[in-house]
Amino acid sequence: MPANRFNGFTDYGIGIGLRIPHYQHILSQKPTVDWFEIISENFMVDGGRPLELLDKILEQYRVVQHGVSMYFGSTDPLNREHLKKLKRLVKQTKTPWLSDHLCWGSVDGRYTHDLLPMPYTFAAAKLTARKIRETRDFLEVPIAVENVSSYAEFHVSEMTEWEFLNEVVERADCGILLDVNNIYVSSFNHGFDPFEYLNSIPAARVAQIHIAGHSKYRKYILDTHDHAVIDPVWQLYARAIERAGPTATLLEWDAHIPSFDEVHNEALKANQFIRQLQAVPA
Amino acid sequence: MKRSKRTNSSASSKRSRPKRQTTAELCSLQRLMAAAVMRPLTAKQRMRTEWMDDTPTKKVAASFIKPNKRLTSFERLEIYNRQYWFRVQECIYEDYPGVRAVLGEKRFQNLTIAYLANHPSTSFTLRNLGRYLSEFIAAEPKWTGDEIELSRQMAQLEWAHIEAFDNEARTPITPADLQGKDAGSLRLKLQPHIVLLELDWRLDDYLIALRENSRMRREASNAMESFITHDRTQTIRPPKRKPVCLAVHRYNNVVYYKRLKPGQYALLSALHHGDSLAEALGQITPKQASQVGVWFQDWAVLGWFSRR
Repeated sequence: MPANRFNGFTDYGIGIGLRIPHYQHILSQKPTVDWFEIISENFMVDGGRPLELLDKILEQYRVVQHGVSMYFGSTDPLNREHLKKLKRLVKQTKTPWLSDHLCWGSVDGRYTHDLLPMPYTFAAAKLTARKIRETRDFLEVPIAVENVSSYAEFHVSEMTEWEFLNEVVERADCGILLDVNNIYVSSFNHGFDPFEYLNSIPAARVAQIHIAGHSKYRKYILDTHDHAVIDPVWQLYARAIERAGPTATLLEWDAHIPSFDEVHNEALKANQFIRQLQAVPA
Repeated sequence: MKRSKRTNSSASSKRSRPKRQTTAELCSLQRLMAAAVMRPLTAKQRMRTEWMDDTPTKKVAASFIKPNKRLTSFERLEIYNRQYWFRVQECIYEDYPGVRAVLGEKRFQNLTIAYLANHPSTSFTLRNLGRYLSEFIAAEPKWTGDEIELSRQMAQLEWAHIEAFDNEARTPITPADLQGKDAGSLRLKLQPHIVLLELDWRLDDYLIALRENSRMRREASNAMESFITHDRTQTIRPPKRKPVCLAVHRYNNVVYYKRLKPGQYALLSALHHGDSLAEALGQITPKQASQVGVWFQDWAVLGWFSRR
């Protein structure tokens, strides 16, 4: 897997999210897994079982932190208490990179706990990039920002989503957590060509890739992470690794979670695409 | 000072470049969208058709959100509005099974909507969402019918459970730490994971019975909510009205509800409020004082007092 400065020059393979229904299996069976992604907020506590469990996982596995509430795009200033707790966790996990979303979700200190879409404007890109840089400087770990699934677009936008992503990561000089399922979901919801998106991102900045399932309704798709990955998303994955090289990949499965083996086997399907890529003469 | 007149070329270049959003406008947009997203849904779980000033919400939505071929601006905004409420209500639903059981599904739902509208999250973590529920019940008793005090105390116990689950456990003091210390000035700190409660009902038994079959609290994730399906509230024998003092605490990373004698509760409460050991001992009767040595031995085994 290509190492770059955005993923801490690591060479991680196929991982899955660490989720409660699998704890017992993981601790008792000790399955071979390249790495686990944890949701940082689930472990940003002061004590108790979550931290005990994390210690046990860290004894045997590589862990990468993924956040859901940094809200780089919010006009609110960074929350120092949040950052201090996050840094404490970074020191504990030794995560080689840390990811969160290219979105906003709080205003005036009130949190929606959702990943709200950005207006794709230069002012938003500038503010977001500044907050990413400040976070990286405080945490002293590479940051990768993830493109989110979205269900609304703003009149005020001055560019496409992929142009906005480029603008932010160039200004912040940070990595990208490329979620190919989110590209698929948003392409359906907003009517753009997902391959145009993929072909426009700066491939050298891709630190990690997310794959996931979703739920299709009559008029829109919701990013529910409660199904297996569908073929069109795998095709996007194939194109993503064609551009970025075989990159640390993680399957997200957050609701109606099946057995550990089912989730892990679904994630390992990514290897087929990696092998196909490697079989093609340069 | 006179400002110089614009040239034709600068006017033309200004026309060709659309006005760019400022940071202040970005902030206004986020305030507007957050207000829409966090606004309570209708009884049918849809977005309200009237805005706060009676303007049609579809007009407000259309002012900042683009429609597409399949969805209007209103419908696109409604996705976020519904997701917000599904998410926060689900969180309170899972964290407060006791209050839910006491009030029943419908009253609990009305209470949580009113509570969340008054106390939106101010924390990066959903763990803290119910922090003010017991205070809200006391302040707005109309939501809890005849069960005001019962539901308020249950909310206290369930918040205490959350605190005990993952608050800090500091290094406990040892007998050596206390050697040579003067009781008149010695102040003992309770562990941050310990919450002392004085309740009018035996809610500990009730909650234990409820939790035996309930799910663990959900993790944070970045997934959207599917439509919620809930197990029906379990039928448990109503809590017995009999005063009980509790220390909700954690031992070996398991949360326990330890019953306290009135003297134990008085002594620990005094210490918790910062009284010196001598002052705290003044809160109990001479008969109770004769048992203090045994009490402290138990508490020391549980590691209840910390060094700072």
